[in-house]
Amino acid sequence: MAVHPISDADAIKPPKTQTGVVGWMRQNLFNGVFNSILTVVILYILWKTVPPLIRWFFIDAVWTTASEACYAADGACWSVIYNNIRFILFGLYPHDLQWRPLAAIVLLIALLVYSRDRRRWRRSLLWTWLAGLFVMGLLMKGGLFGLENVDSTLWSGLPLTLLLSVFGMVAAYPLGVMLALGRRSRMPAIKSLCVVYIEMIRGVPLISLLFMSSVMFPLFLPEGLTINKILRAQIAIIMFTAAYIAEVVRGGLQAISRGQYEAAESLGLGFPQKMRLVILPQALKIVIPPTVGILVSAFKDTSLVVIIALYDLLKTTQSVLSNPKWMGFSSEAYIFIALIYFICCFSMSDYSRKLERELGAGERR
Amino acid sequence: MRDRNISDLMAGTVPFWNDPDKRAIIYQILTLALVAMAAYYLISNTLANLERQNIATGFGFLQKESSFEIGESLIGYSASDTYARALWVGVLNTLKVSFIGVVVTVILGTIIGIARLSTNWLVSKLAGIYIEVMQDIPVLLQLFFWYAIFYENLPSPHRAMTPFAGVFLSNRGFMFPVPESHPAHRYMLLAFAAACIAAWALRRWARKRQARTGRIFPVIRANGCILLGLPILVWTLFGAPTQMDVPELSGFNFIGGVSLSPEFGALLLGLVLYTAAFVAEIVRAGIQSVSYGQREAAEALGLRPGMVLNLVILPQALRVIIPPLTSQMLNLTKNSSLAVAIGYPDFVSVANTTINQTGQAIEGVMLIMACYLCFSLLTSLFMNWYNKKMALVER
Repeated sequence: MAVHPISDADAIKPPKTQTGVVGWMRQNLFNGVFNSILTVVILYILWKTVPPLIRWFFIDAVWTTASEACYAADGACWSVIYNNIRFILFGLYPHDLQWRPLAAIVLLIALLVYSRDRRRWRRSLLWTWLAGLFVMGLLMKGGLFGLENVDSTLWSGLPLTLLLSVFGMVAAYPLGVMLALGRRSRMPAIKSLCVVYIEMIRGVPLISLLFMSSVMFPLFLPEGLTINKILRAQIAIIMFTAAYIAEVVRGGLQAISRGQYEAAESLGLGFPQKMRLVILPQALKIVIPPTVGILVSAFKDTSLVVIIALYDLLKTTQSVLSNPKWMGFSSEAYIFIALIYFICCFSMSDYSRKLERELGAGERR
Repeated sequence: MRDRNISDLMAGTVPFWNDPDKRAIIYQILTLALVAMAAYYLISNTLANLERQNIATGFGFLQKESSFEIGESLIGYSASDTYARALWVGVLNTLKVSFIGVVVTVILGTIIGIARLSTNWLVSKLAGIYIEVMQDIPVLLQLFFWYAIFYENLPSPHRAMTPFAGVFLSNRGFMFPVPESHPAHRYMLLAFAAACIAAWALRRWARKRQARTGRIFPVIRANGCILLGLPILVWTLFGAPTQMDVPELSGFNFIGGVSLSPEFGALLLGLVLYTAAFVAEIVRAGIQSVSYGQREAAEALGLRPGMVLNLVILPQALRVIIPPLTSQMLNLTKNSSLAVAIGYPDFVSVANTTINQTGQAIEGVMLIMACYLCFSLLTSLFMNWYNKKMALVER
């Protein structure tokens, strides 16, 4: 191999076509005939579709007018959101007390942001969460410390969506772990009960469980005793989510090597201690990313309560749209709540990817 | 086993509550007793409630007249038919939307998954955005969105859009012409079935010959000719009938041709676009799971690019792709139950109407669950068969 006589680094710079904007475009957009054609076709399609969409979205759109102006406008009618935002977000909750669900939501977001950092995952955080959930419940329900009592049938909109998913997850998690342990148990009766439960729930759509909760639960109870509609849907969601969590946790339990079980047993630990001190801390750590995935789908699935006529975020939006004044602006309203769902789900899945990187980094070291 | 040895050794010296085997039996008896008690409590309550509210029990209602109409049906149905037939119409509608949905989803998802891996920056980024956005919006909301788009933005039948002659798009649905029924069609179908068998036999023969002599037969081209050629031959033998059944406007709606309702369209579109995002991620992960060395090794053997994909990459990628793909297909089938929210008469929707009319909630919900459990069971049977077939043959 010949040695280059030039010592000056500037003299052997790569050619202009390999660097900078031109080089990047050559490498990423026009490498090869097929890719070049593809790029041109896509650019053409974007050129045809994006400007009209932007015009509809922003330029021709009306934002804060009354509904009459909307029918005259060419663009999107964001006024449907502006004029009904309080009903869409808080639904039937008494108008003057709507600061309370708002405060509960802010508290929830603050807690979530605070718990993002893994260094804060200590026992005290668990107590903070329990206290936080209690305060949120208190803010929603009232009846203590001079807060006016609000009947839970009036809970609706975004708080209801968050309530169903947060409490669904909090209650489903321990149940799911127990089911996973039961499924791995050596006792045939317990094992088969857990297998039947998990497979049955995973085999049916959530909607059938919600139907069950709305039409069958009332029949299960003795005469005179009724449970609130929200609680019934909540039970169905917990039952459903627990089965999925159980399968995820089972994956984690199977990934723990036999040596860990044997080591724990040889230390003389009983079953509860073995699980609590040795196995579960490792198994649950492995399955954090898929668990967040379950949380995301549980959050999305709460929208199904529309079908049994609970006033969640989707239902409040629909009832705004059934108002003759605002009929025909469904796209705008649906895009708005799609944005809310997207922000929530995206931040969760983004966080799970971040966790996966961090935990994976620990494994690789 | 180990527990048993210990207990054998120490038989008689350990009190029964410290013997793991006996303790396990006690735990199980306690659990079963608890479950049985809970079941007894719930069932006795239910029976008492049913008696008090005068609700009939049992599946006798299936033979009664349903007296409700169903918007679209694959088989003949009217309000005077039985509940059983109405429910069967629902099952067929669920299967219809699931089957078409699964086929379209796999195609679309594969395209997007491959696009995500493209070296073209624009294509890869667009696919990434699509996947992220679709995965993070509830499928029910997407269904409502598409239904609203169809219902609010499409014109009435009188002002229907006609992108091609004979094809109409209005808020009553999508109408398009089909060939008018002719005896030739039945024979064409038979010819196609015969062609399928012939194609299968040819492929078998070609493989055997290749194994014996090493000579390659152009199976794909030959089979394409057989599958297309045989039905067309039969069609020409019958004098090439080209009469079409074109939809025509009459009164407030179209008659003739084939129509897809806006409910069906919205359901199919929503399910396909949502599930395709998940399928794309599965396909991407599957292709990435095949190490680059495999491709290099195949190229070093002198295989052509098409053969590299067919003989080396795909068989390995499919082993990773198929299991999660099947569970996505099952998810699509389960999500098709959301049809009840936009008024497409699928099984859940018909069962819901049945529950409302007869008041027999328990039987109705049990039917829904049994139906979907059947789908799941069939899918997992298929999965087991496939896993066994595809399992790596290890030394």
